Amino acid sequence: MKRVYVDERWCLGCHLCEYYCAFANSGKSSMIKALKDRHIVPRIRIEERNNISFAVSCRHCTDPLCVKSCISGALSVENGAVLIDSDKCVGCCSCIMACPYGALSHSESGVIQKCELCKKNEFGVPQCVQGCPNKAIVYEER
Amino acid sequence: MAIDFLYPLYEVVRDPQRCICCRACERQCANEVHHYDVDFGCMMSDESKCVACHRCVSLCPTRALKIVKTDHTFKENENWTGKTISEVYRQAGTGGVLLSSMGNPEPYPIYWDKLLINASQVTNPSIDPLREPMETFTTLGAKPQAIERDENGDLVDNMPPQLTLNVPVMFSAMSYGSISYNAHASLARAATALGTYYNTGEGGLHQDFYAYGEHTIVQVASGRFGVHADYLNAGAAVEIKMGQGAKPGIGGHLPGIKVGEDISRTRMIPEGTDAISPAPHHDIYSIEDLRQLVYSIKEATHYKKPVIVKIAAVHNVAAIASGIARSGADIIAIDGFRGGTGAAPTRIRDNVGIPIELALAAVDQRLREEGIRDRVSVVIGGSVRSSSDLVKAIALGADAVYIGTAALLALGCHLCRSCQTGKCNWGIATQRPDLVRRLNPDIGEKRLVNLITSWDHELKEMMGGMGINSIEALRGNRLMLRGVGLTQKELDILGVKHAGE
Repeated sequence: MKRVYVDERWCLGCHLCEYYCAFANSGKSSMIKALKDRHIVPRIRIEERNNISFAVSCRHCTDPLCVKSCISGALSVENGAVLIDSDKCVGCCSCIMACPYGALSHSESGVIQKCELCKKNEFGVPQCVQGCPNKAIVYEER
Repeated sequence: MAIDFLYPLYEVVRDPQRCICCRACERQCANEVHHYDVDFGCMMSDESKCVACHRCVSLCPTRALKIVKTDHTFKENENWTGKTISEVYRQAGTGGVLLSSMGNPEPYPIYWDKLLINASQVTNPSIDPLREPMETFTTLGAKPQAIERDENGDLVDNMPPQLTLNVPVMFSAMSYGSISYNAHASLARAATALGTYYNTGEGGLHQDFYAYGEHTIVQVASGRFGVHADYLNAGAAVEIKMGQGAKPGIGGHLPGIKVGEDISRTRMIPEGTDAISPAPHHDIYSIEDLRQLVYSIKEATHYKKPVIVKIAAVHNVAAIASGIARSGADIIAIDGFRGGTGAAPTRIRDNVGIPIELALAAVDQRLREEGIRDRVSVVIGGSVRSSSDLVKAIALGADAVYIGTAALLALGCHLCRSCQTGKCNWGIATQRPDLVRRLNPDIGEKRLVNLITSWDHELKEMMGGMGINSIEALRGNRLMLRGVGLTQKELDILGVKHAGE
């Protein structure tokens, strides 16, 4: 299955992936409408320290701990991708505690959000990858 | 001091309606033009630091930025222009030599743009390169002067060493030091993929790039940085750099601040020391001296590699080229006055040397007249900007061209001409690890390959249009060129007729 992979050698720490992610999942028609004067809550996050940076988002594990820990059945695996049904999520945060990568977070509405590889939004392909100016984030089969 | 104040040349225009304060511009600007103001809750910019490199413009996700030339003006004066006045202020304030980078930007004539290419109509057929054979392969090096046979009458292979190019374009000398590791990696990989050559410049060859040796030209310059037996034998050819188009007659200076661990090892000089290349080679004061170095290098490389001698195009270039051809060099590289540099004194860059078009025509003519054109190949550089410049160069007599600036543009360079600051926002002319990282060689290699592949397509189309199907048939074929708006003297030097003749 194609997954999102990051290469810290090429990450510039520009944080644009976060903005492209926030826009892609906003449902708005332009990035300005979606993000102007707003605090963004993206599903991908740049980790940085001492001149090294890289983006962290869901690894879509083959045996995902988050799915096992979900008490409401909101998390599931579909064709290898870990997806979340926000109607079922009760916001118990068990998945956040179970995920070893810190890839899940609270959304603005309170329930949990995570990277769904842009499968559910209008773009269909990960926008963090499209927006990365240095190919530090790639979407490929490995 | 107020007297030293210079209004910034460029202004950063930010559309507040579009700006989402993502701060990408702030994070990407090594010149620290942008910052987020917490009190105002918006991005601010200090345009006095802006070099117009467009990094912020290119990365802004909402196209909220543009850079414009300021309309702030001195009282208009054709003689004392704003630029001239500002330069006097800068020198009065600092007492220093003005420094610049990349090629001469001044409005001298560009002869490429005054030459037009021929095409076949009715009486001679054009060739469709998509359907018929078309060869842009060429070889560089001295050609045999006579056919030799052994006692059995069989042909003796007396072909001197050659460089084989799938496309008549090579990447010109840019040292590791003047450009980054990732820029070198991109050039090395692209040259290998394209079947052509890149040039180490005078900074030696990084250990990692010995793997690309078959597609590398190693340079020996006046500083002799990084030169040792393995280095000379690592490349496909050795180039002796006598001069550079951007700064004929002077040497080079890589500031100690750029000489980090890696560069120090590659150049074989102590870390943090200035790498100063003298103006002349101190062992070359004549063609005879040059011959000694050419043959020393041939001995060191067992006569297996062609030796290139690179000179800047200066007033008596034809006579110098004739001497070089007789010195035993296999290839002469001539760099025109618009050639790029990582740093040069502004006055020299903008006022010394001659246009490459005239130099090339003069050299080719002189070598032909002396009957020694076959003893050397001629490679030119110094602002070959497109495939049509390439066609014109070959028709004027070049065997191949070197491109430097065009290659850097493919890697992301925006010609802001601030290489000498070492803060290249595109990761090219810098050694700062956080900036070098911005040039991903995977992207760089692909873009270089794309550029040369597209030029090759265009070259084939233009050659086909003329009814020519090989570089050999185009080389020195000045009947394929016509001049427009040139004086008789210029036409005579170029050896072309005026359009309509």
